[in-house]
Amino acid sequence: MTQMTLAGAINRGLRAAMDRDEKVLLMGEDIGQLGGVFRVTDGLWKDFGPDRVMDTPLAESGIVGTAIGMSMRGYRPVVEIQFDGFVFPAFDQITTQLAKMHYRSQGRIQLPVVIRVPFAGGIGGLEHHSESPEALFAHTAGLRVISPAAPQDAYDMIQQAIASPDPVLFLEPKARYWDKGEVDESRVDAQLAAEDGASAGTAEMSRGRVARQGTDVTLVAYGPTVRLALQAAEVAGADGTSIEVVDLRSISPLDSATVVRSAKRTGRVVIVHEAPTTYGPGAELSARIAEQAFFHLHAPVLRVGGFHAPYPGAKLEHDYLPNLDRVLDAVDRVMTH
Amino acid sequence: MEAHGPRADEDLVTLLTHTGERVSHPDFDRYAEGVDAEAMRRMWRDMTVVRAFDNEATSLQRQGELGVWVQSLGQEAAQIGSGHALTGNDFVFPSYREHGVALTRGVDMPEILRIFRGLQHGAWDPEAHRFHLYTLVIGAHSLHATGYAMAMDRDGMVGTGDPERDGAVICYFGDGATSQGDVSEAMVFAAVNSAPIVFFVQNNQFAISEPVARQTRAPLAQRGAGFDIPSVRVDGNDVLACHAVTRWALERARSGGGPVLIEAFTYRMGAHTTADDPTRYRTRADEAYWAERDPIARLDAYLTSLGELGEDFRATVAAEAKDLGRRTRETVRGWTSPTSTAMFDHVYAEPHATVEAERAWFERYERTFAAEEVHA
Repeated sequence: MTQMTLAGAINRGLRAAMDRDEKVLLMGEDIGQLGGVFRVTDGLWKDFGPDRVMDTPLAESGIVGTAIGMSMRGYRPVVEIQFDGFVFPAFDQITTQLAKMHYRSQGRIQLPVVIRVPFAGGIGGLEHHSESPEALFAHTAGLRVISPAAPQDAYDMIQQAIASPDPVLFLEPKARYWDKGEVDESRVDAQLAAEDGASAGTAEMSRGRVARQGTDVTLVAYGPTVRLALQAAEVAGADGTSIEVVDLRSISPLDSATVVRSAKRTGRVVIVHEAPTTYGPGAELSARIAEQAFFHLHAPVLRVGGFHAPYPGAKLEHDYLPNLDRVLDAVDRVMTH
Repeated sequence: MEAHGPRADEDLVTLLTHTGERVSHPDFDRYAEGVDAEAMRRMWRDMTVVRAFDNEATSLQRQGELGVWVQSLGQEAAQIGSGHALTGNDFVFPSYREHGVALTRGVDMPEILRIFRGLQHGAWDPEAHRFHLYTLVIGAHSLHATGYAMAMDRDGMVGTGDPERDGAVICYFGDGATSQGDVSEAMVFAAVNSAPIVFFVQNNQFAISEPVARQTRAPLAQRGAGFDIPSVRVDGNDVLACHAVTRWALERARSGGGPVLIEAFTYRMGAHTTADDPTRYRTRADEAYWAERDPIARLDAYLTSLGELGEDFRATVAAEAKDLGRRTRETVRGWTSPTSTAMFDHVYAEPHATVEAERAWFERYERTFAAEEVHA
């Protein structure tokens, strides 16, 4: 076990993936000599050279589009989009091309492209630097959308995403980049070294996990809000409310089975994400809970998330983002039933 | 015809005039030198056959066998001339009107119609033909083509001097596509990486109804200069000239010279698709002007003047075209619709829980009808 930050774990995961497979290469803006604006690719340019850590022209559609072409020849490009709000110039390439090529070609063309996006808020960013666009991608068949919440998952999931034959949006909770945790590097190495490693890894990264067990309320979170959910569970626990926390890890596919099992046990569900609640992942998840666990529920499923307003200026983001008070308020409301 | 600007036919590389006379060009004659009468007959044959196929597909659409059809009528010289310059290592990224190029890549022509009958979105093995699937989002494939070319360079397929090894990419799009950001980005990426790619613009004068003057003030070939991409403007209805400039461009790209932009100045003699009505936006005079410049008639006149297009050969090709028409009709009419659950196939390479659940639900739902039929 080694202690590392979440950003450091992604860096180590990228390095391991590049060591494992020479077809893995990195593409993005400022990822070379600079090491990326968040330094996630720090040191890789020096060790792997500019042919495998490619500083690209400043054109997101161009980056993703050329990554598609390179992956058609067997490369496994890992693309860095500098900030969430700058993924939209590439939205067409991601949704009409990357997502659909396998389908269009009747499975003849696989595009194992990973698109890393530092996302979500909490860092006092300018406009377009704090957004949570995951629902837009999860709504598109053909893409996988995953988000790690802790260093161990970051290390494992980036490598599983790279090994997967499907295109993956890898959403990195940028406010959590500097969180530290213990990482066991050997387990995923062994998994991916096995013959069916890519399949096993894809299946594993698609599953959610019960991050804390409880009996009264299920709190569902992923990426940036998992730590918040665990904090809420601590505080509520001190007040005598037992909270189970599910870390979804994957938004597409959505591991509703794990959530539904928990919902059936607790009968109360609160979903917490930074994305706007309107048409957000929580809306989809609460619909599935209603379809599959309706008669087990004691209270309506509640959502705590961003509002139907553009992400505000930094001085207002703490009002926009889900926080401990708003999560506990929702817990109180489901507990009144 | 205007004297200057994007609609003017100035500065075109021409080797055959529209009446079929061979004229000399200081730069490109040598790229046409190896094209003997036999090679030109093969081009005439391919142009004739693809036009027959095109007309057959139009008929099939009118008969309700196809949802829609995209004609290549009038663009045969640009497509066959360039297609005949390709070698086995080259890789083609077409738009969606490149049926002539498909023919040169050995695609079984009726298979193209699977798309237009609505059976599936892609209808051939791109790797087997080194001919990528059609892309309907205008210009999006120019980036895939550029990335593919960058990867060929990485894979040591450029500039080795070994014709068995070297290759390049050719990417086809139209005048409308040049306004798309992706096409400009493709030229940026191709230029800075010196990628082995030929951007082949078929300027057929229209993006559906919009004339090329709605896309550009300058001739499209001038677009290359800002990217430092050498460019050439060629008479797109002159199969020999299209062949020669493409040969030059591909040889340059294969040998490590980087990207080239070709503007083939041609005319979409048909409608945009069978759902379009060109009488609403262009004149009969315009159509008549271009009818005199028919790409097949031009090569026909030249070969005839040489005494190289005998009646036997014409009859053989006519029979071949007729046979392809018959086979196309029979093939299309013989296709059955895919089973309904095929819509869930290949969404992902690895299992995806949502797709699996929806497929399972749909299968159960469909079985309820089967049960009702048994009871009835």
